[in-house]
Amino acid sequence: MNADYDVIVIGAGPGGCHAARIAAEQGMRVLLVEKRPEIGAPKRCGEGLSLGGMKNLGLKPDPKWAMNEIRGASVYAPNGKRISIRYENTIGYVLERKMFDKYLAVQAARAGARVLAKTAVTGLIIKDGFVRGAKLSSFGENYELSSKIVIAADGVESKAARWAGINTTNRLVDIDSGFQYEMVLELEEPDMLELYFGSKVAPRGYVWIFPKGKDTANVGVGIGGREAVPAKKYLDKFIQGHPNLKKGSIIEVNAGGIPVGDPVGKLAANGFMVVGDAAHQVNAIHGGGIHEASIAGMIAGRVAAEAVKKGNVSEKALAGYAREWREKRGKILHKIVKLRQTIEKLSDDDLNMLAENLTGEDLVEFAKGKRFLKLAKILMRRPHLMQAARILI
Amino acid sequence: MSVKVDAVLCMSCGGCVGVCPSLALELENGIKLVPVDEDCTDCGICERFCPVGAIKVDSQKRRLRER
Repeated sequence: MNADYDVIVIGAGPGGCHAARIAAEQGMRVLLVEKRPEIGAPKRCGEGLSLGGMKNLGLKPDPKWAMNEIRGASVYAPNGKRISIRYENTIGYVLERKMFDKYLAVQAARAGARVLAKTAVTGLIIKDGFVRGAKLSSFGENYELSSKIVIAADGVESKAARWAGINTTNRLVDIDSGFQYEMVLELEEPDMLELYFGSKVAPRGYVWIFPKGKDTANVGVGIGGREAVPAKKYLDKFIQGHPNLKKGSIIEVNAGGIPVGDPVGKLAANGFMVVGDAAHQVNAIHGGGIHEASIAGMIAGRVAAEAVKKGNVSEKALAGYAREWREKRGKILHKIVKLRQTIEKLSDDDLNMLAENLTGEDLVEFAKGKRFLKLAKILMRRPHLMQAARILI
Repeated sequence: MSVKVDAVLCMSCGGCVGVCPSLALELENGIKLVPVDEDCTDCGICERFCPVGAIKVDSQKRRLRER
């Protein structure tokens, strides 16, 4: 089979860039397209990445894109009770996505992938039940390119998977509505993340302050997708009630959807794979997706190369991607979805009660899908929380 | 179809495209949000989701069901 490319990757975020680089390193002829004119912008992201996550991706923090070292976090219950955890060493970074994503795209290009910004995919070429390429559009010029495999890393607004017969539509109960300002402001602890919980502050979600430097931070909110009041209103209200934020300057405005439901069940079709936000591969408790998309992208890129080399790109041949991803990340992410569903059942009073009974270390472990038994035990001591506890176990 | 996008408010984040069950919203070139007339069912999910309140669906025609 002659094709213009072995692999076409749609979307140059972390998932797409990793998939493109890995496939190119395996000798594949790769095209990576990004519909926006600038890779990495506008961001739809709080830009946090843990040190462990960075290590998993084989990345060394580079001051060009790793803007600020984080040593801990303070979590605020609805009644203002604070749970803090601070480590001696750096536990993560707040990134500059504009630079980070571009760095990843450069790595993909250096590995041999062809990268094209401001090139949108308007449809897939599907023949005999196989995805065999993409319809592209750039500066009003429309053309088609054939490929053996298409990897869709086209984000929360993904359509490619749905064109390929995989339903990636986000249900409102499974997506958070996010809004964020990047601000210049007075920070008391620039090496600490701050998270605020409560139905008045952020129903079904939280407000975050992620410092990007000594006096700059991403200040954002995620609320449940079904809430009637827009996310922006919640954030503006929070900022008005916060002495330091109120005086701050706004240097960037971001919005976006955060898939916090279970990852998509079907991750591949004939000649096709889907990764990242498009596949709902997100940590549902904090909403982070850089690490998850990147891991999925790396696996998908490698499996794509193996399949092309073997001359079999059927859904069955690509199923290794889903298998490996589930083993590595899917199982844990599924547990974390359960945790989110449990927490959503809790009232402000319940959250205040939890704040009295949990430590900062507990919260860190929860976000990794661990120590659920402790949480379940606390919940089960209260009859009205039995049902919430059952979701967890 | 009765979906109206307020271009002044819209951040082009694409979240609405991801929640639309009918593939009836299009983020053209990643910038311009365009409703696709024939596929829209006036379900109102996009309006409910929008982080900035940029989408309005005619309330007479809206058929939002809790999903």
